[in-house]
Amino acid sequence: MTRAAPSSPRTRSSRTGSTGHTLPWPVWVPAVVGFGLIAVPVAGLVLRADWPNFLTLITSDAALDALRLSLQTGLTSTALCLLFGTPLALVLARSDLPGLPVWRSIVLLPLVLPPVVGGLTLLFLLGRTGPVGQLLDAWFGVTVPFSTVAVVIAQTFVAMPFLVVSLEGALRTAGDRYEAVAATLGASPMTALRRVTIPVVLPGLVSGAVLAFARALGEFGATVAFAGSLQGTTRTLPLLIYLDSQDDLDSAVALSLLLVVVAVVVIVATRTRDASGVR
Amino acid sequence: MSAAGAGPGSREGHREPRRAVDGALRADTADTADTADTADTADNPGLAARVTTRRGGFTLDVAVEVAHGEVVAVLGPNGSGKSTLLGTLAGLFDPESATVTLADRVLTDTDAGITVPVHRRRVGLLSQQALLFPHLTAHENVAFGPRCAGQGRRAAGAVADRWLAEMGVAELADRRPSELSGGQAQRVAIARALAVEPDLLLLDEPFAALDVDAAPAVRAVLRRVVRDSVVGGQTVLLVTHDVLDAVVLADRLVVLADGEVVEQGPTAEVLARPRSGFAARIAGLDLVTGTACAGGLHTLDGTLVSGAASEPLDHGDPAVAVFAPRSVAVHRERPAGSPRNVVPVRLAAMEPQGEVVRLRAGASGRGPAWGEGLAADVTPAAVAELGVEPGDELWFAVKATEVAVHPSGR
Amino acid sequence: MTRVPRLVLAALAAAVALGVAACGGSGGEQQAPPRTLTVSAAASLTDVYGQLKTQFEQAEPGTEVRLNFGGSDTLAQQIVQGAPADVLATASTRTMQTAQQAGRIQGQPVTYATNQLQVAVRPGNPKQVTGLPSLVGPQVTESVCAPAVPCGAATEAAERAAGVTLDPVSEEQDVRSVLQRVTTGNVDAGLVYVTDVRSADGQVQGIDFPQATAQGAAQSYLIGAVAGSQDAGLADSWIRFVTGPQGDAALTQAGFRLR
Repeated sequence: MTRAAPSSPRTRSSRTGSTGHTLPWPVWVPAVVGFGLIAVPVAGLVLRADWPNFLTLITSDAALDALRLSLQTGLTSTALCLLFGTPLALVLARSDLPGLPVWRSIVLLPLVLPPVVGGLTLLFLLGRTGPVGQLLDAWFGVTVPFSTVAVVIAQTFVAMPFLVVSLEGALRTAGDRYEAVAATLGASPMTALRRVTIPVVLPGLVSGAVLAFARALGEFGATVAFAGSLQGTTRTLPLLIYLDSQDDLDSAVALSLLLVVVAVVVIVATRTRDASGVR
Repeated sequence: MSAAGAGPGSREGHREPRRAVDGALRADTADTADTADTADTADNPGLAARVTTRRGGFTLDVAVEVAHGEVVAVLGPNGSGKSTLLGTLAGLFDPESATVTLADRVLTDTDAGITVPVHRRRVGLLSQQALLFPHLTAHENVAFGPRCAGQGRRAAGAVADRWLAEMGVAELADRRPSELSGGQAQRVAIARALAVEPDLLLLDEPFAALDVDAAPAVRAVLRRVVRDSVVGGQTVLLVTHDVLDAVVLADRLVVLADGEVVEQGPTAEVLARPRSGFAARIAGLDLVTGTACAGGLHTLDGTLVSGAASEPLDHGDPAVAVFAPRSVAVHRERPAGSPRNVVPVRLAAMEPQGEVVRLRAGASGRGPAWGEGLAADVTPAAVAELGVEPGDELWFAVKATEVAVHPSGR
Repeated sequence: MTRVPRLVLAALAAAVALGVAACGGSGGEQQAPPRTLTVSAAASLTDVYGQLKTQFEQAEPGTEVRLNFGGSDTLAQQIVQGAPADVLATASTRTMQTAQQAGRIQGQPVTYATNQLQVAVRPGNPKQVTGLPSLVGPQVTESVCAPAVPCGAATEAAERAAGVTLDPVSEEQDVRSVLQRVTTGNVDAGLVYVTDVRSADGQVQGIDFPQATAQGAAQSYLIGAVAGSQDAGLADSWIRFVTGPQGDAALTQAGFRLR
């Protein structure tokens, strides 16, 4: 009876694609400066690199160990961020917990805290003489610092807020209207969460996870303070880069480029999937 | 479209036992009924609700009953407590004191501490925004409810197919919500709400966000599915400020103001003789009830009111002719010539309304009964020129092109 | 919303006020502009140089010594890249050579002190550490410097001389981190310099071991004037001061050995 309305959605989306034309020109100047601030140093890295020996530098034992460890711990801590951060974001965005702003600012602390401080805090808590570390040592003979587990904990500590902020924003933007509709259709809270809430905020969840992974991948301060630095166990790429910067700058530059490439690959891969997928 | 036999009288006959959707749903119903005191409500398989709660400046204290298969419209100005009532019925809002029983189940009883969670109430909700799940296709959206009720993928899919076809959007099944127009999305949303066969469907300004062009068609198709035999009589509570929604969809009208019911009764009656200020204001339109016929509508006393049907209507369907008071011309003598609807009236009241003066017609021995209650808005200059005063015999005239004929609730 | 800008404003106001105060103060006290000397020094010299700065400024009225502490590698790199400094004081021969080869050092640098490794343990030496061999094995956990940094190279040299291979739980970026691992009780022992043990004020106990004097195990402290200094005379005065009697006293007290 009623045919499609004249304003077909396809026309609409093609219009959104061309909004660049309506940007006022003063936006471009600071945008270019801002871009340069990020891109030029990276380009400098490319120029500074010792290309003839590049492959040798990034395939040294130490480098491969660090890359493997970085990917391993980065992915593990991203998984932990998802496991703990997703419910955390849900509580912050949806619950009526008293003192919510206080809880939220505590969760966001790692964003403002210098990572080294975060690492020291973890060390004081979980170190061999710390209140929790002492018990772990006495009861189970477990020492957390200087282990790969410590790297994962440090990375999760600094990366979690990125996931929580991103996801909480997505949850608040989406609102709880979809959940309410789902409930009136007979969906239990768990079903609504699984089949409505999570899929609706999936783009936010994905970009939050990417941010968390990127942050974990680049994490240095908390790791070095809490986990120490030992090849194959706790010396991730950033730690190796910093160490090499003390005596082997060529290696440090080559490894930095390797880190850049890994980060770009991850970000581009998820962005592309994001764009063509759920939306 | 609408079967000849599907008039108000035959609706009762069409009522069949709800199709057994699945075991899970019925078991669910039985579970809840165990804890509820069903004795009081056994004679009312529809909705009975009483809500009392303090809200800002006033206390909402409302009792509403909707019989099984009945469509009741709740009208009221903003802040009159409509959303609180709706939220309470849906279980989305906890009032201070409320009892809600639906289909022999106690859904809310604050004294007894009973609040059946939203997802077990079997109360559907359709609001201004379609709120289709953006990650699912139209078909998956409609199948969502049946899936939640435990139906298999295939069975739920079949239910979705049926409802999308019923709403005239079968060809949009594979589209995502972002690829649907507002009217299309709202049709899918209606299909989705009805696919779970709720005991009560709540409609919250369901057409308010639609284009003026899209609203009538969606309204008509909603009317068909909830009023005619498709679901065998859907119990509906409609909240609206658009009098047309009430005229087209509702059997009965409940008018809320400042948290209480100020008026209720059959739609046409309340609108024809509004007693509350709000009802008078929303009535704002002139309504003449009757049955559809070629070229317009036959009133009960056999007069023809010429007008254009808003949608295809079968001869004899209950219908209402609607026109705006400002399109009514007022004459001392019967106007001659032009194809007009003309009715003799006796002027009952004159109400200044901003730029215009509203002339309210009372019963006139000379003309048909339906003239009573009609309003005409004229300029103060015209009033002065005519020199009218209450008690005068006048003629109200309105062009056929100004008259829209809608299907009506009763 | 409004709180942040207000905070920023407050911070700006404070900064402006401080700036004004600072300008007013220096302008009022001294008519002639002070002679300033910028010294880039290895982080392990923080305490000694801080002390010497006060003495030097008293001995040479009208001078102001600015101290810039950091890792020797970093400092050498900065000076190679043209960082403005008058004196470079490193904790290794190699880093001084880096600056020298880049033509940034005036004349011949002087080796004026050495620093030796000690095993730092908790006070009372609960694990009864005696020397490098006693550190091997899981019953004693230790932390050392990474081989890439000078203290790590020294550690490796000592290990070679002792014929043992340590099994550290962590190889730190710098010697202070090693010390921190011991003071916080997260490891039983750490290889640090005598000066670090001294600076820990009794939180750790230093254990001497024979290989600390082996070839490459001791750390050399070099000082040289940076080429193109604004005030070469003042730079020389500082170098003479550090290598003179007052410098010797401060260095010895901190645990350095004189050359």
